[in-house]
Formats: sequence, structure tokens, C-alpha cells
Amino acid sequence: MAKKLRTRKHEVVLNRSVGGDAGITVILAIFGLFMFLPMYYTIIQSLKPMDELFYFPPRFYVANPTLDNFKSLFNLMADSWVPFSRYIFNTVLISVGGTFGNLVLSSLSAYALAKIDFPGSKFLFQVIQKSLMINAVVTGLVNFITLSYLGWIDTYLALIIPAWGSTLGLYLMKQFMETNVTTEVLESARLDGASELRTFWSIAMPMVKPAWLTLIIYSFQGLWNMGQTNLIYSEQLKTLNYAISQINAGGIARSGSSAAATVVMMMVPILVFVISQSNIIETMGSSGMKD
Amino acid sequence: MSKNTDKQVKTRHEMTKAEWTWFLVRKNKTAYFMVLPFMFIFVLFTVVPVVASLALSFTQFNMLEAPKFVFMDNYITLFLDDELFVTALKNTLIFAAVTGPVSYLLSFVVAWFINELPPKIRAVVTLVFYAPSIAGNAYLIWTTLFSSDAYGWANAILIELGIIDTPILWFQNATYVMPLCIIVALWMSLGTAFLSFIAGLQGINKSLYEAGAIDGVKNRWQELWYITLPSMKPQLMFGAILAITGAFGFGPVVTALAGNPSVDYVAYTLNHHLSEYQGTRWEVGYASAISFIMFLMMIGANLLITKLISKVGQ
Repeated sequence: MAKKLRTRKHEVVLNRSVGGDAGITVILAIFGLFMFLPMYYTIIQSLKPMDELFYFPPRFYVANPTLDNFKSLFNLMADSWVPFSRYIFNTVLISVGGTFGNLVLSSLSAYALAKIDFPGSKFLFQVIQKSLMINAVVTGLVNFITLSYLGWIDTYLALIIPAWGSTLGLYLMKQFMETNVTTEVLESARLDGASELRTFWSIAMPMVKPAWLTLIIYSFQGLWNMGQTNLIYSEQLKTLNYAISQINAGGIARSGSSAAATVVMMMVPILVFVISQSNIIETMGSSGMKD
Repeated sequence: MSKNTDKQVKTRHEMTKAEWTWFLVRKNKTAYFMVLPFMFIFVLFTVVPVVASLALSFTQFNMLEAPKFVFMDNYITLFLDDELFVTALKNTLIFAAVTGPVSYLLSFVVAWFINELPPKIRAVVTLVFYAPSIAGNAYLIWTTLFSSDAYGWANAILIELGIIDTPILWFQNATYVMPLCIIVALWMSLGTAFLSFIAGLQGINKSLYEAGAIDGVKNRWQELWYITLPSMKPQLMFGAILAITGAFGFGPVVTALAGNPSVDYVAYTLNHHLSEYQGTRWEVGYASAISFIMFLMMIGANLLITKLISKVGQ
């Protein structure tokens, strides 16, 4: 039954019809435009001077690009009693604090779950896997009660500490360790008398750089994009995302600065992703779930 | 302690199962210390809430007085006496039933389409599709695109083309709110599952395709069905869980786009109903019942779907 395969430059050419290639390209282009146009339009809006924002019909390009919207963003918020920079500071602090704790706690656990066979490890990982099935909406109510008993409502702690127990990063790191850290390497380190913590830190961790980078990015993105929450009511503790939705609520007259704020907000996660894309994809290679 | 030290000389065969487990526990002490900090936070903020909301859902509780046991009253009221809950439940189910599967398929189809592109181009296309899911509240641009005056794009185009003469109040119109919210949800739904699929497709051993071609696989569709899908079952499973969980948690975006309550409650979800009772009215027992119902829906849908996917190719 075997047939001869076509080859080009010693590579096998698989069965690909021209019609299929063309069809796929067209569909991809349509989906791509649907995804890209709103992003593009946001950027364009942020660069339009006031008069161009009010053209009819709205334009898809800027005749005289300006950075005024970005400048006015800071002025606009300077008038309010909480300066715009304070929202940025809050967001950065929460993102960094939450991510750092999540990274430390998750990697310790991921290592133990992936590479030490202790009674209960399978069960713990099953529970963590199941937790991916529920959304934070479900836990919000009781967490509010817990946090208020702890006296953490309206402090940074209310946002930072729960983030330490977020499971997606741990899940990805554990899966990655399982496929990429060979047990033999660890065994030989243990035989040489290295403690478990030492093996973790100097052997396993350097081998899973893509995974911790991915964890950092995931945790950071989630916290960076955090919007209004009932855990914080003091204006000076609120986040950038919240501030932007306030500007946006100002309506059409502010649509320029609103777009500018959105651009400021989205540039950070997008740039981080651009830099780390290959590492994230590498981590995702082992993200699959075996039952 | 002393009881255990003289038992250590025993070999595996002489120990009972419990003794052996206890031996392993002591041998791996470090492992427990390593998982402890994470588990503490995880249990406190994820496991406890689920258990506690089940317990509280049988009570009347306002956080000031002690909870009063009322058994199934909250659930009975929800289903029989709370029309808004029924509306919210219906909307949430419609939402999840549309966005979950569609975003899942979209993630897979796009990942599959771009799989054979050269690496550099693939990276750019990946970014274009992935960016909306991480772009914070960039989705607010949809309120400009579909704004209620003629400066909104959709209205401008329709007016230019002579299809309408007065602007449509998109997000205030009961007919359009739900479809628009679903479109925006899909726009921002190519996230982690999408990346996982890309990686899964890249990771499939190329020689499988060559072997397939020799065995008579004729085109890319057969290849997809007989080789690609079975090879990436673990990723399909992981992606499904993320898609389902995401599809149920969709409330804040609706609020930002259409307000809360949305016109005629057409996009009022369980998420909104929950925040009404936990935030505004402080009826904790009642809100717990809503939480627990949402928990059951998410777990139920996930277990069902993962069971189905695990049957693929069997």
C-alpha cells in the first residue's frame, strides 16, 4: 500500500491542496481583521487631536498625530485629589507583590509535587487541577468575609495575599518540571548529599526558566488588569484599570484621553508577551492535562 | 516516637500499609514543608470558600448576627420566588453555551491554521490574535465602535450606506445587547487555551504525519482527524477547562459595556445577581446559595466535557 512521498530539499511535502491553502488564508485574514481593527482603532484614537475625534464619518487614520491625549491624561487626573501616578504606583505594587509571592510559593510546591513522591502528592495535585474548573466569582463572597475578619479590607494585602495561592502558574510549572527535569539529575545531586531545597534551587530551578517566566507573566497580567473590586474603597488605593474606566465614563469628550489611557494600560502586558512569547509557548508545550 | 524507632529496622514486607505510609511521610518531611505555604493560602482562599458557601447557603446570615439555619429555604426562594434569578440563570447558560464552545473552536481553528506558517510570521499572527485577551480594558473601544451617536463607527457606516437614518442605541437596545456582549467576549477569548493549542500542534512529532501520508492519509482534514487531534488530547482537555471556566465568569465586562442592570435585564448574569446580594443587600446566606449553584454549574460542565474529550479516539 505504501506510496512514494513527494520531497523537496529532502523534506517530505505533505498533501496540501492549493484551494485549501487559499481558503485558510482568507478565513485567517477575516478573523485577523476582526481581532486587529479594534486594537488598531484604539491606538489611532489615542493619537487624534480633538478636532479629528469629531469627524463624521469617523476616520481610520490620523491626519495630524499628536501626543496631547497622553499629556492631558496626566493633567486630567492631576486635578482630582488622587494623582494619576498614584494609580500607576498602586497597580505596580500589587502586581509585583502578588507575582513575587506566587512565584516563590508555586515553584516550591510545583517541585515537590512533580519530583518528590510523597503520600498525598497525587491527591493535592488533583485538587489543584479541579480548582482550574472554578472561577474566582464563586470564592469572592467568603473571601470577603475572611479578609474582613483578618482586617485586610481596604489594604493592599487584600489583593496581594490571595494572589499567592493562584493555581494556574503552579499547574503549568509542575507539568513543565515533570517533562523537562529528569529524575536522574536530581538523584545524582541527592546522592552527592545535596538537601532537597538545595537540589530544588540549584538544579531544578535553572532548568525550568521558561516556566517561571510564564508564571511571572500570567500572574503579573492578571494583577495588572485587575479592575474595581469590593475589597478596596479608599480612592488612593485603587488601581489603574479602575481609573481608566472612570475616564471612559466621561463620554465622548474624553474619548481621546480614554483611548490614551487604554494604550498605556495595554502596552505593558503586550510588550511583556512579545519579549517572552517563545518561552511561554515552550511552557505551554507541556500544559496538557492527562486525567 | 520510641515506638516508631524500633520499627524502622523492619523491611517493606513486614510493615502494614499504614506503617509504610507513615515511614514515607517522615522520609519526605521536606516535601511537606515545601507545599505547605502554598497549600495554606490555596486552602484558605479557594477550598474554604467553596465549603463555606455550601454551609452558609443553608442559613440566613447578615454578618452581624449569628447565622440562622433555614435548610433549603434559600434554594426554594431562588428557583420559585426570584424571577430575576431565573433570568440570570438563563442568560448565564446562554452565554456559556455560546461563548464556551465557540471560543474553544476558534482557538483551535486559528492555532491549526497558523501552525504551518514560517516561525516569524507565526509569532506576529499569534500576537494579533492573543493581544485582545491581555489588553486590560481595551474592550472598552467597542463602546466607541458601537457608540449610540453618529461618531460610533457602526452607526456611521450604516448611515453612510443609507440603511438607517437615525443612530441605533446599540448597548441600550434589548435586541443588540446580548449578541454584542457575546461578540466582545469572543474577541477577547483567545487566551491561554489558544497558546496551549499552538504549543501542542508544534509538539506533534513530524514523522507521524509522514507515516500517515504513507499509510494513505489524503489531505489535511484526514490528517487532522486521524493524527493531529488524537495526538494533542491533553491540550484539548486543558483548553476545554479554561474555555468553560472563562465562559461562566462573564459579568464585569457586561457591566462595563451595557451597564448594570442592562436594559430589560437582557444581559443580567448570575455574576450580577450574586454581587447584588453580597455587595448591596448583605444577604450572605442567599448569596452563598447563588455562589454554590455557580460552583456546581462550572464543575458539572467541566466534568462532563472532559469526560467527552477523553473519549476522543477511543
